[in-house]
Amino acid sequence: MTSNKRNDEAVQRLYSISESIYKQLERGEIPKMTLPLRTKANIKFDKKSSVWKYGKQKGARSAKRVRGAMMLLRTSYMLEFIQEMIESDRSSTLRESYYISEGWGKAKFNSQDESNMLAEDLEIVTQCMREDFKLRPEEDGARVIGDLNLVETDRRGRLKALNCRDDVGDSGYGIPYNVEKEKLKLSSTSAKFVIAVETGGMFDRLVENGFDETEDAVLVHLKGQPARSTRRFIKRLNDEMKLPVVVFTDCDPWSFRIYASVAYGAIKTAHLSEYLATPSAEFIGITASDIEAYDLPTDKLTDMDIRALNAELKDPRFNTGYWHNEIELMLKMGKKAEQQALAKYGLDYVTNTYLPEKLNELGLMRK
Amino acid sequence: MPPKTTAHKLAKDQKEISVAEFFEKNRQILGFDSPIKSIIMGVKEAVDNALDACEEAGILPDIIVKIDRIDQREYCISIEDNGPGIVSTSMPNVFGRLLYGSRFHAVRQSRGQQGIGISATIMYGQITTGKPATARSKVEGAEAAKEIDIIIDTKKNKPILLREEFIPWDDVSHGTRISFYMSGRYVTGRQSIYEYLRQTAIVNPHSSITFIDPSGKKYVFDRATNQLPPKTKEIKPHPDGLELGTLMNMTKATKERSLVKFLQNDFNRVSERVAKEICKAANLPQTTRLTSMTLESSKKLLDGISKVKIMAPQADCLSPIGDKLIRTGLKHVLDEVRPEFYAPPVTRDPKVHSGNPFLVEVGIVYGGGLPRDQQVQIYRFANRVPLLYQQGACVITKAIENTDWRRYGLEQRGGSGIPFGPAIILVHVASTKVPFTSEAKEAISSIPNIQEEIELALKACGRNLRTHLNKKERRNKTRAKFEIVQEIIPLMAEKTSGILGKPVPDLRGTITKIMNVIWIDDSVTYEKGRHRVKISIYNYTPKQQRFSIHTIIPGGSLNEKSCSLKPSNIKDEEKISWDLPRIASTEIYSLTYELNGLDADEYQDIELYISKINPIDVMGADPLPGDWDVESVNFIESEVVDLEEELDEEPDYDESGEDLDDE
Repeated sequence: MTSNKRNDEAVQRLYSISESIYKQLERGEIPKMTLPLRTKANIKFDKKSSVWKYGKQKGARSAKRVRGAMMLLRTSYMLEFIQEMIESDRSSTLRESYYISEGWGKAKFNSQDESNMLAEDLEIVTQCMREDFKLRPEEDGARVIGDLNLVETDRRGRLKALNCRDDVGDSGYGIPYNVEKEKLKLSSTSAKFVIAVETGGMFDRLVENGFDETEDAVLVHLKGQPARSTRRFIKRLNDEMKLPVVVFTDCDPWSFRIYASVAYGAIKTAHLSEYLATPSAEFIGITASDIEAYDLPTDKLTDMDIRALNAELKDPRFNTGYWHNEIELMLKMGKKAEQQALAKYGLDYVTNTYLPEKLNELGLMRK
Repeated sequence: MPPKTTAHKLAKDQKEISVAEFFEKNRQILGFDSPIKSIIMGVKEAVDNALDACEEAGILPDIIVKIDRIDQREYCISIEDNGPGIVSTSMPNVFGRLLYGSRFHAVRQSRGQQGIGISATIMYGQITTGKPATARSKVEGAEAAKEIDIIIDTKKNKPILLREEFIPWDDVSHGTRISFYMSGRYVTGRQSIYEYLRQTAIVNPHSSITFIDPSGKKYVFDRATNQLPPKTKEIKPHPDGLELGTLMNMTKATKERSLVKFLQNDFNRVSERVAKEICKAANLPQTTRLTSMTLESSKKLLDGISKVKIMAPQADCLSPIGDKLIRTGLKHVLDEVRPEFYAPPVTRDPKVHSGNPFLVEVGIVYGGGLPRDQQVQIYRFANRVPLLYQQGACVITKAIENTDWRRYGLEQRGGSGIPFGPAIILVHVASTKVPFTSEAKEAISSIPNIQEEIELALKACGRNLRTHLNKKERRNKTRAKFEIVQEIIPLMAEKTSGILGKPVPDLRGTITKIMNVIWIDDSVTYEKGRHRVKISIYNYTPKQQRFSIHTIIPGGSLNEKSCSLKPSNIKDEEKISWDLPRIASTEIYSLTYELNGLDADEYQDIELYISKINPIDVMGADPLPGDWDVESVNFIESEVVDLEEELDEEPDYDESGEDLDDE
């Protein structure tokens, strides 16, 4: 489907939501809209695609309550706004769409969370992507360094071929918010695998130590919880370049969720898991057992950490022997550790010892 | 056994110490145990005395408290009242002798009971600064005031006057002023002179209290009512809960000769019949000579008393503040925090502890500017005196902790302990003898029947709070629905019809399905002695409705001509009823009327009642109470049901409440 066709389709589907609200009013019913529940309890493993998607539980957004009524009203305003953008070939950031609502009178969003949520809801109902609605996130994707050749269509429509090691500075190639094929073509690579790194400090350490060259790796900085475009980019490297993906994070409950969103799909965007998740991505720590095995410096778990770990024990995505052992061990130790704690043994320890050991287990190192 | 010589040696060292000397060495017993507390205690003792004196003389108290800082540690404190004054010959003893007072033997409610307070204060000032106190007093009709400089001979418990003279005090017709120096520390906050005076003003709305702090800043707690508390009567001890020792002392001290007469004349609420019954129950002859009473027979008598039912003591020895004045006092002083609700205060009937009548009063203030995430504030009072210290040791606190406040709309973990929420709980215990835990009078002992009375009063007042909170919640829910049907649904219809290029649909079906209620809203405006009332009745049900509406107004104020609909019935000039015409589905009917000749605040909250309709279908008015007494009233008694409709097949999408973020 071409970009324009997809946009038209999106408008058509949004239009049918307004139509449905109108019909319900006409019949004297209380308008409502049914959506899959976006909860931990309602994500199910999809065997076909090996990712986690929303299950069958539905919730009703009903005009019976103020919040529901407001969201239904905003849906119609949002439709008009999106239609205008498509007609005039413009796009807006999610934040801009929040500010646009200033002119909607009573229907104005109270917070950007509300406008973001509505954009996601519309994706789910219409089965379109927010890019189809001409909405984009304000934050860009993260950085990439490695021997990877790609062609990007720039803002003036020119094709730019570049190598993600030789044609970029030390901060790497910046992943654009749209990494779909019409924007970005992946051409070729000599790399053997992708290593996705949680923190900027560790990413820079690997760059400085030349890990991408010595080990033929594509380094991707996740920048905390990775943006959609970062996840989609990793997914395409995996799909199209056939590169195995490993995820390297801190050892804390939030890092486990970062891995889960890369490998299994995030709860919030489970409707897009098929596009965003890389089911074969492997976790290479730091795990709770690594803290013991490598005798790493630690911090105490906070109350929030403990709550998060306990929530993960109930998260269907973590319902495996491996994760339960690691999480329970971590709770028992009451400790967490940062990636950079490996510097205890010197700056080269991570590239000379830790990563080779981890990658050898997976058969990814050539040594 | 210790050798005999030790006992002799000890006996040699034992000598009589005066009461004053004892207190000098044990001043913490009186509450002078820290520099901060000492000056609060000093103010408290003098203010208590001033209020007692004014009330006894039937004078509305005007009290001025002034604190001057002399140096880092020393303050000069002066308290002036407009009381009856003290005759000049009594002044040295009143101010310079401990345990001197008229109230020590009386069974009646007063602030000061032991007569320790003011002289102990003067003594403490004298000990810490070496300076004498100055007292000045003028009685009605006297030409001049007597002024004395006084110190206390602590060994002999006797006043020593350093100066004594008559001086003119022309701007004052009667009153007393006491000034003394004291070393201490002046602070602000929860336990401070300001807070003490503020709380005093709450429970003494008949007094005017002016406070000038060390920086010269002046605070005035105005008089909120001109109604003096009724004078309390002295009564004899009530036999219930009497202690054996007290009983034996009374049998020794009595002028009566026979047991039956002793019971009848020396006790409260004991008639001849009751006295005889007690003798019978105690198995003691009525003629028993009191001089022959032994420990054994006293025990029997006490046992007999406990078996006979004796009328509760009369209330006139006690001075309850009363629900109306508790409210006035709270409103007057707490106005700046703009509380949302003053729960109607509760005054319990008098009960007895150890032969002393007591009663409990409770008031609760809720919402407004009070902090929501902290423990509730507890205002404790004994005989109209605020208790600032020893909160944890006090029976009032125990009773609050022991009450399950979750039922009454406050947060409380596990249903016990001090609750959390935007509230102040006021508890007043009035008694002819408040059983304090110590002479400092900071906390009330945990006497089981006092605690029980407090708990009952707290529960009664808590129910008033709950009622208010329920009503508010219902109103909020209805307001939310109002917003949906009046604003959001019409906008939704306008927007979607615009997008589809279709006409705006009839919204009646949707609106009545969402509301399914008759909503009654009222508003009052006041102008030039005239209250204009508008009652709007929205029929948000799918059917047409016809019913009657009723209200209560201050007697005779209705301007009948102003009524937009002629009342169908007016009873006692205050109970007005209207039979409303048919109101079609989604229609609004307005009823207006005017009241004449009232002050603005005489009519604010409109009481609305409905009849001839199922009250479940109506928001904003209550079913007509059974005692309304209107003929042909036909209302259906039913439980008030929550607005919640039948549950949908799906859960509410927007209320799933789970954090969707993985971060």
